[in-house]
Amino acid sequence: MKILPYILELVQVLILLVGAPLFVGWIRRIKCWLQGRKSPSLFQPYFELLKLFSKDVYLAENASWIFRFTPYLVFGITLLIGAIVPILIIDLPFSTTADVIAIVGLFAIARFFTALAGMDVGTAFGGMGSSRTMMIASLAEPAMLITVFTVSLTSHSTSLSQIVQTLTNNGILATLRPSFVFSLWAFLMIAVAETGRVPVDNPDTHLELTMIHETMLLEYSGRHLALMEWASMMKLFLFISIGKAVFMPWGIAQSGQLLAIPLALFFLIIKFMVIGVILVGFETSLAKMRLFRTTEFLGAALLIATLGMLSYFILE
Amino acid sequence: MTFYPLDLAAIGLGIIFFLVIFAFIFNKKEKFILNFSFSVMTLVGLLAVVAGIWVVYDASAYIMIFNLGLPELPFHFRLDPLSGFFLATIGLLVLYISIYSLGYVRAFLGHKSIARFIIFYCLFIAGMFMVVLADDALFFLIAWELMAVASYFLVIYEDEKVDSKKAALLYLVMAHIGAISILLSFGVLAGAVGGDMGFGSYTFDAMRSANFPAAWAGVAFFLAFFGFSIKAGVIPVHVWLPEAHPVAPSNISALMSGVMLKTAMYGIIRIAFDIIGVFPWWWGAIVLAFGLLSAVFGVLNALMQNDLKKLLAYSSIENIGIILIGIGLSMMFTSFNMPVIAALALTAACYHILNHAMFKGLLFMGAGAILQTTNEQNMEKMGGLIHLMPWTAFLFLVGCVSISALPPFNGFASEWLTFQAFLLSPVVPTPIVKLIMPIGAVLLALTSALAAATFVKAFGVTFLGRWRGKVVPKNREVGWSMRIGMILAAFTCFLLGVLPTFVINMLGNVSNQLVSASINTNMDKYNWLWVTPIVAQRASYSGTIFFVSIALIILATFFIFRLKRGAVTRCNVWDCGFGGLTPRMQYSATSFAMPLRRIFGGVFSISEHVRLKYRLRVNDRFVNIIYKPIVRLSYFISRQVGRLQQGRINEYLIYSFVTIIILLTFLK
Repeated sequence: MKILPYILELVQVLILLVGAPLFVGWIRRIKCWLQGRKSPSLFQPYFELLKLFSKDVYLAENASWIFRFTPYLVFGITLLIGAIVPILIIDLPFSTTADVIAIVGLFAIARFFTALAGMDVGTAFGGMGSSRTMMIASLAEPAMLITVFTVSLTSHSTSLSQIVQTLTNNGILATLRPSFVFSLWAFLMIAVAETGRVPVDNPDTHLELTMIHETMLLEYSGRHLALMEWASMMKLFLFISIGKAVFMPWGIAQSGQLLAIPLALFFLIIKFMVIGVILVGFETSLAKMRLFRTTEFLGAALLIATLGMLSYFILE
Repeated sequence: MTFYPLDLAAIGLGIIFFLVIFAFIFNKKEKFILNFSFSVMTLVGLLAVVAGIWVVYDASAYIMIFNLGLPELPFHFRLDPLSGFFLATIGLLVLYISIYSLGYVRAFLGHKSIARFIIFYCLFIAGMFMVVLADDALFFLIAWELMAVASYFLVIYEDEKVDSKKAALLYLVMAHIGAISILLSFGVLAGAVGGDMGFGSYTFDAMRSANFPAAWAGVAFFLAFFGFSIKAGVIPVHVWLPEAHPVAPSNISALMSGVMLKTAMYGIIRIAFDIIGVFPWWWGAIVLAFGLLSAVFGVLNALMQNDLKKLLAYSSIENIGIILIGIGLSMMFTSFNMPVIAALALTAACYHILNHAMFKGLLFMGAGAILQTTNEQNMEKMGGLIHLMPWTAFLFLVGCVSISALPPFNGFASEWLTFQAFLLSPVVPTPIVKLIMPIGAVLLALTSALAAATFVKAFGVTFLGRWRGKVVPKNREVGWSMRIGMILAAFTCFLLGVLPTFVINMLGNVSNQLVSASINTNMDKYNWLWVTPIVAQRASYSGTIFFVSIALIILATFFIFRLKRGAVTRCNVWDCGFGGLTPRMQYSATSFAMPLRRIFGGVFSISEHVRLKYRLRVNDRFVNIIYKPIVRLSYFISRQVGRLQQGRINEYLIYSFVTIIILLTFLK
């Protein structure tokens, strides 16, 4: 058994663990700059996580094992996705374990348990968050699936590694097709919704009636909260990584090309910095939507994704 | 004498009929026959599983003729891989449910006749076994009717409830409309066989070898499809299903939902692939369309239900839809002469049949456990049961996770295969099909996402939070036999999800029989780890590695981040300083579904009243569109005919007189 692939696997997971809070710090910094505020350190998210890890856990008396188990499950599953998605290099040992459908399934299982944890304590807020999350997911998940289906039709594979390889081999023109344009458009909308960013949800707010993801975490504290927060940072990082792998795979190292890894890392940093700027641009220029406007937003995403798939079937 | 799998099945049937007589004779010794019959039924289930797996593995057909029935048409038995697969599926659930019933039926001791329950339970199961074993139209219909009538008596078992009488009657009527349609279908097929075979043309063997004219084959297929759809609860002929399942005893709901609906799927597969064999693509498209309709409407209606068993019933409609999607795709690919993709879709459908039998059986058993402990079926009053019934809660959760198609459990494996079949559809030549396929994939994706929402609601409202009713139930966890039944089903769900390759390889023999191809699961010497339907580069999924790595990562996370042990303090929930958080302030089943009710509002007929009291009724729209007019029309006709009946003797004499005159004129 060769050890090198497993080391690379580990490196990729470490990049995810370390990079996710850093990326959030980067987003906050850009946001501060855009809004003319003085920004905290780039490493502020780390400090917050550290603080939470050092605190005791206060558990509501009604909480069951599901409430305590969920943070570990969500964190573990997010890490597993990180081991499958080609962030740096393709054909990692875990990449055959699951294709894009299974990755969507993994996100779904994390969401399923988060929603259950929200209902566990038995307060109005938790249930509200769960209900809204499932509502958003029930529209966003099919749109997400259709998007990746469209892309996988081009590369005749649902395996992310294979998609990256086909696209890279075919050159930049491979992604200049109508189905890709629709898919990219839909994917951006879904990514915004799934990672809880403006205009669907606002990660910074604690206003009771507008928050969605936060409501399910309200009763968490200490290390549980830290794990959930960290996992949601990684989720943002992973969504961007999936988008990056599917729509702009250039720079991701091919299998066995060790020398390409530093270059891949360089591309990774550049891409994330640019995407961070774009994301903040959107977030500052848009206002958060009313809850029932988000269904129109997501319905549009689903429609665009379907159009993408139809255009593949008809035009290509 | 050599021993064949069919002999095992026949022995099983013999034991069942012996049990019926036994229960009839010893109907006074209730406790004894209860324990004895259900113990023996577990054995029968095991026999069926062994016989089924044996024949699927063997990939050959066994035939037996039993001299009963019409003089020229004795009962033909046939056990081939297709019927073997269904026999094993039914047997497996019968095995689990019989163990569960040992505890569940005990609750009826003393105030209900146990013998009656056991007799119909045995006949019901015998009926299902015979449906999949039958090899001629007469025997098939006898078995079909036995199954329908026995299940009618089981639905009405708790006949002190008004609802159960109404539901059972509706079920009986619908079941017979379906049976008539199936009967007609067999008639058309037998007629089209032609030749001078007499009753011989009613055997499936004769039908199999015949070449049907396309038009008659179409008539026969759609008659059969209509009839089987009624039994399977395909929308819009599903109306009996959400009524009958909630009122039946829970072990019966589990059997009806888990395997009885699947006998209808068996009928469709048998008639389409085996008996007719050659068909145009649009048959498949119609099956696919009804599958999609059932899947989406089924899950949306499930989401709106507050009665736990009704929710599960609607979810069965959804899953039948998913199975029909697989069957429809397979039919389309078969007609385009693409056997490998057809095999993939058929395997997906069969795998989902098995999976759904397991998790829906499990969920209904769980609902029965809740019903027995709390005497409550309405989710609006439940909550916090995870503290009272930790076992049931965990097992029900396994069922919820499986049915929501979350990896690494079994529901995901079969949905994954169905999605793969959709993704292979661009190779289909016809342009209209190219339009249907993406929309089909979208609807299937929507269904699976909504199913997750439905089961977050089902589990969250029932087991989490705090009890919403007035009196907190005093009872605790259910007895061991019920728990063991559920544990076995849950464990099967887990195994089918983590090690899907074994079953998928076996299903290769079923698809070989029907579409003469099987999907490729060989990769290398570790091939059992990965499911790779076509080639490894195309798509692969490994439930085993999935589960092991999730488990390992969670354990690692747990040990790394739980360094400071004992630092967990229990405290009150923060109530914003107002005080007095009550269980009534929790999100309820109705409020959980509210956002989706609003989005998909057009699908239901909703009446909402906000006066002193909030009243909300969400009804199935199809009932208003289709059934109400039919009911009104039949009332109208009955009333018109009823005018004849005046109660005056002279008028009746005139009727007789006129009738005689007419008969004399026309029948010379």
